[in-house]
Amino acid sequence: MTPPVLNLSMLELAGALARREISSVEATHACLGRIEAVDPRVKAFLRIDAEGALAAAEASDNRRQSGALSALDGVPVAVKDLFLTEGVETTAGSKILAGFIPPYDATAVKLLKGAGLPILGKLNQDEFAMGSSTESSAFFPTHNPWDLSRTPGGSSGGSSAAVAAREIFGALGTDTGGSIRQPAALTNTVGLKPTYGRLSRYGVIAFASSLDQVGPITRSVLDAAALLQILAVHDPKDSTSSTAPVPNYMAEIEGGVSGMRLGVPREYFVPGMDPEVEHAVRQAASDLERMGAKLVDVSLPHTRYALAAYYLIAPAEASANLARYDGVRYGLRAQVAGGLREMYCRTRAAGFGPEVKRRIMLGTYALSAGYYDAYYLKAQKVRTLIREDFLRAFQKVDAIVSATSPVTAFKLGEKVDDPLAMYLMDVLTLPCNLAGLPGLSVPCGFGTGDLPIGLQILGRPFDESRILRIGRAFEREADFAGRAPPL
Amino acid sequence: MSASDYQPVIGLEVHAQLLTGSKIFCGCSTRFGAPPNHNTCPVCLGLPGVLPTLNQRVVEFAIRAGLALGCAIRLTSVWSRKNYFYPDLPKGYQITQYDLPICEGGRLSIEAGEGSREIRIRRIHMEEDAGKSIHDGASGHSLVDLNRAGVPLLEIVSEPDLRSSDEAAQYLKELREVLVYLEINDGNMEEGSFRCDANVSVMRKGASALGVRTELKNMNSFRFVRQAIDYELARQIDLLERGGTVVQETRLWDPQRSETRPMRSKEEAHDYRYFPEPDLPPLEISQALVDAVARSLPELPQAKARRFQARYGLPAYDVKILCAERPLADFFEASAALYTDYKKLSNWFLGELLRLRHEEGGGFPWKIRPEQLAGLLVRVDRGEISASAAKDVLGAMFRTGEDPASIIQTRGLGQISDTAVIEAAVEQALAQHPAEAARYRAGKKQVFGFFVGQVMKAMKGKGNPALINEVLKKKLG
Repeated sequence: MTPPVLNLSMLELAGALARREISSVEATHACLGRIEAVDPRVKAFLRIDAEGALAAAEASDNRRQSGALSALDGVPVAVKDLFLTEGVETTAGSKILAGFIPPYDATAVKLLKGAGLPILGKLNQDEFAMGSSTESSAFFPTHNPWDLSRTPGGSSGGSSAAVAAREIFGALGTDTGGSIRQPAALTNTVGLKPTYGRLSRYGVIAFASSLDQVGPITRSVLDAAALLQILAVHDPKDSTSSTAPVPNYMAEIEGGVSGMRLGVPREYFVPGMDPEVEHAVRQAASDLERMGAKLVDVSLPHTRYALAAYYLIAPAEASANLARYDGVRYGLRAQVAGGLREMYCRTRAAGFGPEVKRRIMLGTYALSAGYYDAYYLKAQKVRTLIREDFLRAFQKVDAIVSATSPVTAFKLGEKVDDPLAMYLMDVLTLPCNLAGLPGLSVPCGFGTGDLPIGLQILGRPFDESRILRIGRAFEREADFAGRAPPL
Repeated sequence: MSASDYQPVIGLEVHAQLLTGSKIFCGCSTRFGAPPNHNTCPVCLGLPGVLPTLNQRVVEFAIRAGLALGCAIRLTSVWSRKNYFYPDLPKGYQITQYDLPICEGGRLSIEAGEGSREIRIRRIHMEEDAGKSIHDGASGHSLVDLNRAGVPLLEIVSEPDLRSSDEAAQYLKELREVLVYLEINDGNMEEGSFRCDANVSVMRKGASALGVRTELKNMNSFRFVRQAIDYELARQIDLLERGGTVVQETRLWDPQRSETRPMRSKEEAHDYRYFPEPDLPPLEISQALVDAVARSLPELPQAKARRFQARYGLPAYDVKILCAERPLADFFEASAALYTDYKKLSNWFLGELLRLRHEEGGGFPWKIRPEQLAGLLVRVDRGEISASAAKDVLGAMFRTGEDPASIIQTRGLGQISDTAVIEAAVEQALAQHPAEAARYRAGKKQVFGFFVGQVMKAMKGKGNPALINEVLKKKLG
């Protein structure tokens, strides 16, 4: 039996904490109990920091009299293993970082701690966030709480599974090509990828620096907005961190969609899309229309080049970002008798999994002398065109709606031997990263086998308020996220 | 064919460490000589998750160098990653500037033969230094010190305009002078804060196509630069004369064996896979900043030398030495404001002050002050102290910063111009040496010098030489 407290949203728990109906320590214990009960089957957590979380919870309870640090003070969360956590092992789901204990906290982690949120542990992910199913984790795949034989999506699959399974109230993930939104869609949770530059990347292990963005996975749009509020702070340690003013995301979140123009891009109903998904998304769009929005047919003509451009840019950046894992200073070092070169080769051969190696090779090739112009530079030009597509569409519409994932959760093992099929999982999410836009996934129904379906809402740069408002309007009307998986 | 049928073609790449207090992309100290890996943090150690943030001081210094060397300053320049694996490169890439550097197209004039030549500067860009690998032969281990990792560098690339090792050395000296003048580099080649690589090739005289070049590294003194280039030119010419071809490669100068040898073969040549650094937005500089830096530029050595020649009427040789170092030139100017026999002043600089500096070691500022120097020279002119005693006084002033008056007084070095005292000493000398006096009077005029010496000795060197002469002449008369 799930203790009722675990079904609360973050803000509901915050209310209960404020009213002293429950303490943060009790809520944290409830999570720990739930993790003990279900995580052996879900396998969302790589590491649990019960001691650290309980100490933070106790501190939160102690200061409740003198005043909470934030709207979510005392609400337990967990973070993807890509976030550096001081004193708590951080591996990015890779053997090459096994045993790495960071000496500092990622800015996002520091902000969570500063806001009084106990951090319960580190969540599983695809190795270095490269994947769409958590199957490339060097440790184990995570299972979808809605059907344990299926993937919770990826790369932030540990985050989505833990939140869906009620092991935790909310989590942080990262999204480079859909790694927050796709797992949210596949687990009936809410996932927000903010505008590139809105949240600090400092202390988040880099996959593709120009695409990576931090964001929350929660069980309600309001919770996502509340977490965004805590995390949206200009960070001088991140030179790509925006100085754009941070609005009060709660201010107009209940404002509804009446009068809004929502674009429905024709290119986002792709061949191979699951008909159930298409049906649910069209239904969601017409629900929004019924609620007062106006649907507008828009075209994003360069969408079909996005996947190719993404799989040149992201691996190219990754090939440089992952060069530091060389066995010299930290993490795995292969014990070899030979010289430096052999140490490098053996360390990286043993430390990286096949998907990471594949992308390092792709990226290295794309940047090589004689190929740079044809691949990397061309991909950057495509990227510009894709961004222009969006900006042109946003002259006509306030936001764009589509499916998040073309399919519902697939079977673990189904696509591991077919990297291209796996890459296609990101086809609807990654154009948003290439354009640097904010994107939200909200639950919008269930397909065969009670498998969740997600609605993606894309907004103008730094217009998180509007997509949250649209998502909130939809969630109020059709509260799919309230439904818990049959664990 | 012989060596004289070939034209050497040389270009230099200089790496100059910038004198900022902190590193280019983090707040760590740049201080030299700290214990290994002391000046490090997660950023310069290349830990997972870290990001670079630019030290604006580095940009200002780069603009300073660019303007001083006549470059165009690019208001939007771009950071790139240069990818290669080495243990002292923590991230596996160096953050540098590649196709859009901050400064382009400058020049530096050097003395060449009778006149001067303009050497074109292709570009100047900013980058981070790597750490240091120390290979311990005894244990077979390599140790890595990352104190230097992230120290800001300027790379200053010349066009291949240099025609001899002399010109190369001349260019380096002039460039170093400028950077030190700008107070952005300490010019220390031995400690590696001013480093140079040379691209060297030869072409047949009259040919239009350049020859294949080699890149020379590891030359940490002007002498080695000269020797390495000369060795390499001779090697290439010899190779070509014997019908061989020059291979494009990097060669290390080995000072023990006085030769260059290949560092890595072409098969291992690096493909650095440059691409724009996604963690740093393009660097935007305002014209206002460039203008402000331009206004703050000091007078540069060559301009100062021209002015010194015109203003003080000094020989080119004097001016070159006086202007080689900004504090020296400043000291001269401050002294010249108080003491107007400029040539005499210059002689004291070139002779005594530089000798004292060399003997005493140490840099600027000096303990002695310009008004003290001027005061001393005025005393010499007035005959209050002999020139030889003044040298001793100057030494004491240089070491202690004390005023000349007090030194002269405590050491009793004041020159004696009291005619009565001098007459007494002269009479004493004549009385002691009657035979010599007689010889003088008999026409042996050389004996005069003997008496000057005797009188001076009796007066412990403090007698006014002019007065001694006068009195002696009269008494011997």
